[in-house]
Formats: sequence, C-alpha cells, structure tokens
Amino acid sequence: MLAKKYRPWLRLLIHIICVAPALWISYQIWLWLNFETHVLTANPIEHITDFTGKWTVRFLLITLSVTPLVKLTKWRLLVYRRLLGLYAFLYGLMHFLNYMVLDYFFDWELIIEDVLERKAITFGMLALVGLLILAATSFKFAVKKLGKKWQKLHRLIYPLTIFAVTHNYMMVKADVLIPTIHAIILAMLLSYRLYMYVQINKNSNKIRIA
Amino acid sequence: MLIKIKNSWDLKESDVTSEANFLSRRKFIQAAGIMGAGTAASIMVPSMTNAQIASKPGSNKYDGRDLADQQTSLDDIMSYNNFYEFGVDKGDPMAKAHTLITDPWSVTVEGHCENPGEYSVEDLVDHNALEERIYRMRCVEAWSMVIPWVGVSLSQVINKLKPTAKAKYIYFETLVDKKQMPGQVNRVIRWPYREGLRMDEAMNPLAIMAVGLYGRKLTKQNGAPLRMVVPWKYGFKGIKSIVKISFVEKQPVSSWMRLQSEEYGFYANVNPRVSHPRWSQSKERRIGEFTGIGGLSRQKTLMFNGYGEQVAHLYDGMNLRRNF
Repeated sequence: MLAKKYRPWLRLLIHIICVAPALWISYQIWLWLNFETHVLTANPIEHITDFTGKWTVRFLLITLSVTPLVKLTKWRLLVYRRLLGLYAFLYGLMHFLNYMVLDYFFDWELIIEDVLERKAITFGMLALVGLLILAATSFKFAVKKLGKKWQKLHRLIYPLTIFAVTHNYMMVKADVLIPTIHAIILAMLLSYRLYMYVQINKNSNKIRIA
Repeated sequence: MLIKIKNSWDLKESDVTSEANFLSRRKFIQAAGIMGAGTAASIMVPSMTNAQIASKPGSNKYDGRDLADQQTSLDDIMSYNNFYEFGVDKGDPMAKAHTLITDPWSVTVEGHCENPGEYSVEDLVDHNALEERIYRMRCVEAWSMVIPWVGVSLSQVINKLKPTAKAKYIYFETLVDKKQMPGQVNRVIRWPYREGLRMDEAMNPLAIMAVGLYGRKLTKQNGAPLRMVVPWKYGFKGIKSIVKISFVEKQPVSSWMRLQSEEYGFYANVNPRVSHPRWSQSKERRIGEFTGIGGLSRQKTLMFNGYGEQVAHLYDGMNLRRNF
C-alpha cells in the first residue's frame, strides 16, 4: 500500500477535496451578498439548503463506507474516518445555520414549531444533535477519557445517519430518486455491519462451544 | 386610448424601473431572438402606453402595512420555475422548454357546454381585450413573486364557451408529449398535469387566462401559449400550456391531490394558518428581495394571498382547515 512518506500528502488531498464544496458555496454566497452574478438561482437560500444538506448526507455515507472498504481492500484508511465524519458535521452545521440565520433569521417561535410539530424537521434536528455529540467527543482527550464508552457512544452514527437520510427523503416534494439512492446505499452499509455482527457472534459461539 | 380603471386589488408599479429589471428586459429581448421567436419581441399590448405604466393607483394596504410589492425581475421569473414537464429542477424549464411548439396550438373544449370543439388561442382569448394584471404569486413551497401578467379574465373565456347548468367545475389539462416535454419521461406525476376550479371560483374576476407577462408573449417556461393564473391560490393551481378545458359535474382530482392528498387539497387557497405537513405557511420568501444579513428574508403570508376582499365570500361557511 501507500508508502508512509506519502501519507501526509494523502491527508492534505482529502482535506482539499472535502473542503472544496464548502469553499465553493461560501464564495457563491459572498457573490450573492455583493449583488454579483452567482449560481444560487433566484432563491439562493433554498439552493444553499439543498446544497449543504446533500453534502451532509454524502459525507455521512462516505464515513460509513470507510470500515467496509478497509475490510475488503486492506487499505489503511481507518485513520481518515474521523476526519470525514467531522466534515459531515461541518456541512450539517452549515445546513442548520443557513436555516436558522439566513432563512428564519432567529425566528425562534417558527423554528421551535418546526422542530416539534413537523416530523421531517424533528429527524433533521436529531441527526444534527447526534453529529454535534460525536464531533464534540472526537478528540484524543475525549477518546481517552471515555475509554470503552467511546466506541458505544460513537455507534450513534448509525441512527443519526438513518435520521438524516429520512429527513432528506421527507423534505423532497415529489422527486425522491436521489434520497432513494441514499437510502439504498445506507441499507447496504448497515446490512454489511449486521452480517459482520452475526458472523462474529457465530464464531465466538463456536469458540465457546469448543 | 384605453382607459383602465384601477381596482382595489391592483398592485402599484414600482416608481422607477430598477436597473435589474431594465437589464433583464434587454436580456429577454436577446433571449427571444435566440429562441427564434421573433414575434415574441413584438409588443402584445399596443393600447398600453408608458403613461399608463407610470400611473400610480392608491397604495395597497393591509393591516395598515404597505405591501410595497415590487415586481420580480424578468430574469428571476424566467429562470426559477416549477414546470415538471421539463424536469424537476427549478432551472430545467428555462434550459429545456425550447423544444415546446406553441404555434400552432389547439385547445379541446368539451363537457357540459354549448360550444365544445377545437379552439386556437386567439379564438379563446380576445387579443383586443388583453390587460395587464400585476399579481402576487405565492408558491406552496413558501416563496413568492410579483408578476405582471397579460391576459383576460377567465370568465370572458368561459362565457364564450357557454357552460350549461350541469357544469359545476371547470377542468384543465396540460399537453402530454415526451418529445416536446422531455421531463415527462420521469413519471413523477401521472401525466397530463391536471387542475380544476369550482365554477364560481373560475368566474371570479381575479382568475385570468394569461398569454403574456411583462407586456410580451409568455415565455415557454412560464406556460406558453396559454396558462391560468389564480392569485389567491398556491401557484401550482395555475396550470400551464393548456390543451384541454372540460366542464364537469364532479370535483376533479388535480395532479398534486392525486400525488399527496394529505399535503395538497383541491382548493389550495393561500392560508397562513394551515401549515403544510412539512413546513409552515405563515411566512414566505419574496424572490429577489433579500438584501443581506439582517435583511428580512421572510415576510408574512396573507390570507388568500391578500385578495380576501375579492374572494373570501366564495368560501363562506366552509371549514378551510378541512378544505385546504
């Protein structure tokens, strides 16, 4: 596999790829706020919502793909998993800030009504809270401090990704093609884990019997 | 010269045409040239003089608040459309509607009326009676525009067709043709797109058949050559590129009702108190009016989109929460 000396470069490359959509949308927002030509359509806020939401889901799915990919290829990618997860959080945060600031402009009454009364938004908010918890406990200090509990806590990635994909599916008006594709990929990634879990349990039972 | 009497629902023109609007008009003329629609550049409303355009009716107030409705730029009106016949993205109609052939165009009229048959657009819409109507358009997705339509009252068209006493509803269909409307390959809606109104709604003077906007022929992405505009209802009621009108006895099932009956009803009156299951309808984003951080990106949505004085009586005694 990759020689050790190239690894920092690979890390840098991953950072560049991950940050590119965020930089691009920020640049477009800057153009828009300066009354320059931009690509955010006549309804920029809606476009930003779609864009940041889409990338959040993509990064969640990419993060969940790392482990299966490592198992299948033996590539040493596990070290990049946390980084990818943090990017999912970054895009999720942008998605939420766009909603809270640009869209509703701190209209708490409406935001609370949205979160409590509309299931689609409730799912989105749960996913965001989950991401926030994971991001806050992703640093070395937290990993050490939490010990064994850390791994358990970080299994939150599964329900929160389900919430995020559900939120995405529910918010689409009629054309559910993209959210359906997301859901299928997620189902595949989760079944892989279920399969592994069952296999491991079988083996450990055998060992115990033996 | 035609003297236009201003009605209470008339919106005022902005005092000065904004630069964005001015520029977009020029762009539109260029675009019309590119599309090969040379005739589109000919002015449709010859009787409308500059003096009339500049005339200012009394201010339009609601709850003591000036609505200050400024017309949405033609650029935005032409580039941000829900017209799934050309694709589900807002930019698809502008990119793909050029394949639609609007001339010749034929509309089939059938059902309970004395004058069924095949009509051309000119047969249905009297071009000498065209007028400009500046209406707010509130999309069910909680954004809105202000659009200067050109058309005639729907009632004028209906009177020509002479519906009988059996006609309780009017029903419309959009063209179905995958070659002209490539988005119809995607079966996201069961084509044709269908809409309908109760006869008394259709006869209300605010409902119009539009053939133009900004003083020129309708652009294809906006529903050329013939579309309905019902300003007190959500935008999806305004069916585009109409090829069939039918007078029926039973309440028709509109496309969005069929797709999601819990979310979209037959009436679809703009109502800030009845939320869409997935978002609030109490506020709306006016396209083109967000001015930056601290700017108010959303404004309050008005009951019946602010046209209650003219249409509220149509729904006397009706439960609007149930009949959404």
